[in-house]
Amino acid sequence: MIPSLDLVLLFLIVAIAIAAITVRDLLSAIMLLCAYSFLMAVIWVEMHSVDVAFTEAAVGAGASTAFLIAALSRTTRWEKK
Amino acid sequence: MNTKNSEAGEGKERAGDVIVETISRLMVPFIQLFALYVIIHGAGGPGGGFQGGVIFGASFVLLVIAFGIVNAGDRFPEGANTAFMSLGVYIYAGVGLLCIIFSRGAAQFLNYGFIPLTTHFEENRALGMDLVEIGIGITVMAVVTSIFFNLAWKREPEEGGEEE
Repeated sequence: MIPSLDLVLLFLIVAIAIAAITVRDLLSAIMLLCAYSFLMAVIWVEMHSVDVAFTEAAVGAGASTAFLIAALSRTTRWEKK
Repeated sequence: MNTKNSEAGEGKERAGDVIVETISRLMVPFIQLFALYVIIHGAGGPGGGFQGGVIFGASFVLLVIAFGIVNAGDRFPEGANTAFMSLGVYIYAGVGLLCIIFSRGAAQFLNYGFIPLTTHFEENRALGMDLVEIGIGITVMAVVTSIFFNLAWKREPEEGGEEE
């Protein structure tokens, strides 16, 4: 583990998570969640937990993003005020 | 993809993008090969039935996104998805029960070494593990594809008035 890299990645994850719940465009929120999952996978790899990182990259960034976009295609893109 | 799906939900006619269709048609066999590698390699390294199944299902999702859900969705009927889901569970539970049956109740559920596939105990264990991983992969693949269809496919547009 590299502590400085850990700090940068964790700070980025917190920033992306806050952005994902405050942004008003739902497609942007989905893309931010996708980036969140990828950064989470990087953190898992950096913690030498490759299996969990594989699951996070396959499910969180791949399948879950596709599901969320599929659900978004059935509703409106912009969150109501 | 957002507008594409809603267009494809309305009628059969849609203008396909030749780049997207060609690239996805080229990529899908490689994604599926990688998924099979992940499933088979899962016993000795990172990966396994769940991850490989998700990647395999994601290849079908890519195919459906590229070709439109009405055109490509007919290739994946609901009954086949359900059959694959239960087939995977049957493979998993069947391998587990075969261990008990072949050892006449001496071994536990999913104690792979007692299935007499080969003459060596360790080879039996490796092959049984692969069989169980394949079962998990089939179930997860069918579930991922089915969840995507249930979320995105607007079936019976005359009575599906739940949006907005």
